[in-house]
Amino acid sequence: MGDYLKDAIILGIGETLQMTFFSSVFAYILGLPVGIILYATASGHLLENKTVNLIMGTIVNILRSLPFLILLVLMIPVTRLIVGSSIGTTASIVPLTVGAIPIVARMVESSLNEVPSGIIEAGNSMGASPLFIILHFIIPEAVPSLLLGGAINVATILGYSAMAGVIGGGGLGAIALQYGYYRYEKTVLWITVAMLVIMVMLIQESGGFLAKKVRKS
Amino acid sequence: MSQKIYELKNITKIYRNEGKEFTALKNVSLDINEGEIFGIIGMSGAGKSTLVRTLNRLEEIDEGEILYYGENLGSLRSKELRKKRHSISMIFQSFNLLTQKSVLENVMIPLKIAKVPRNERKKTALEMLKIVGLEDKQAVFPSQLSGGQRQRVAIARALAANPKVLLCDEATSALDPKITEEILDLLQKINRERKLTIIIITHEMAVVEKICDRVAIIDNGQLAEVGEVKEIFAAPKSEAAKHLVFPNSAKDIINPYDASHPDSRIVRIAFDGLSANEPFISNLVEDTGRKVNILSANTRSVGGIGFGQMVVELPNEKEDQQIVLDYFRGKGLSVVEVNE
Repeated sequence: MGDYLKDAIILGIGETLQMTFFSSVFAYILGLPVGIILYATASGHLLENKTVNLIMGTIVNILRSLPFLILLVLMIPVTRLIVGSSIGTTASIVPLTVGAIPIVARMVESSLNEVPSGIIEAGNSMGASPLFIILHFIIPEAVPSLLLGGAINVATILGYSAMAGVIGGGGLGAIALQYGYYRYEKTVLWITVAMLVIMVMLIQESGGFLAKKVRKS
Repeated sequence: MSQKIYELKNITKIYRNEGKEFTALKNVSLDINEGEIFGIIGMSGAGKSTLVRTLNRLEEIDEGEILYYGENLGSLRSKELRKKRHSISMIFQSFNLLTQKSVLENVMIPLKIAKVPRNERKKTALEMLKIVGLEDKQAVFPSQLSGGQRQRVAIARALAANPKVLLCDEATSALDPKITEEILDLLQKINRERKLTIIIITHEMAVVEKICDRVAIIDNGQLAEVGEVKEIFAAPKSEAAKHLVFPNSAKDIINPYDASHPDSRIVRIAFDGLSANEPFISNLVEDTGRKVNILSANTRSVGGIGFGQMVVELPNEKEDQQIVLDYFRGKGLSVVEVNE
């Protein structure tokens, strides 16, 4: 394996981490509130609102059911509008974020749903407002579960980022595709696969570790 | 006469689910006085939990009204209701503490809701922990505490906002008898020292016996009986009350023993704390020369006063029966016929 390959792989790792990190951050900035709203407006919940829940739920479901590769292609014009180009690491962050938002939202919703109803009842009995209960009762109680879900989401985004290589995104996915697939360099293919596996494992393990560390129950 | 904290007027609660209706509470009317420990007892599914939840409007009622210090709770808007709830605390069977927050943070939370300044919150919370005897556990998380300690934290949390009434929804049902005893002692102490009205929902007669002043018996969503605990123990009137006072089956209460003679009568006599010390049966024999057959007898302590009851079979002759009954009544005992 030539030095240029080694450099390419190191660069690829950096790009993959960059895409995963920024996409995860943006996906959580946007997906967390969506998840909270989905939870709070559900029937029987604190801010029950059938219309909002139905509209948001439908959008989330549609986005989630689109295969990511198709979303990548569909998002090209939007990416161009936002980033100015549809090729490269930065450009990949846009479709990755959009693809991850509904996944994050559903994961957040399911974590919040795990909080026992007795906790909410206690908040109500104290005269807390719905917003106070969400912010100070439900979300803090759900933190360990949110962290675990976070690890799963980041690992998913990492996996998606490899796919972004297909339409000109950078990262390990692009390297695997270019060297491993088009040039039949099996070693490169296996190295990138191993790197991706290690990264996913690290994310998963650190998520589990953090969740365990903060869990007081 | 003490002030009324709650006046319930003909409240009815109906649960509707997929076209089916279930009446959880039907026409319940009762008053709760300020400063008392009021018990609400009933079998599971009788509606007692629904009833206590209507007192802070965690459950809405369908008919009737609930006056809290003369004010109709049902007419409050949500913001006013939330403010009102600061004075109506509640503790639960499953404690409902925040597991991710320390004991101190848990106790501080109602103060945060009531917008108490930050620097005062900690001071008040520590005082509350002192009342429940857990000041050394302030930094600990609820999962590190025993059930009894968790309920103490919940009590400290409930007291923090300086409420006027404490609602206890099966607060001791998840605890073993010894811990239950300790929690009840604590509640009694708080009731006396802070003049806090306490409303206790339970299915255990022992809880009512131990600390309640008055009790309401809920049966099938209806109020079967309400009154002083002592009176209800001495002479339960409703079937539901009899069932709870004598936990054996209802049939046993109506006719527990076969009469040995067709003309004999079986009666139940109840003693209160004073008369329990007198040897009635011996005196009866000495004074009247009539004998009775004791079929069962027991005593129990209700609110610190000893209560006794005895089921006896009277002599066969009508005349003798009357003499014995007159003798008992003359001594101020309550006598109830059981085989009618």
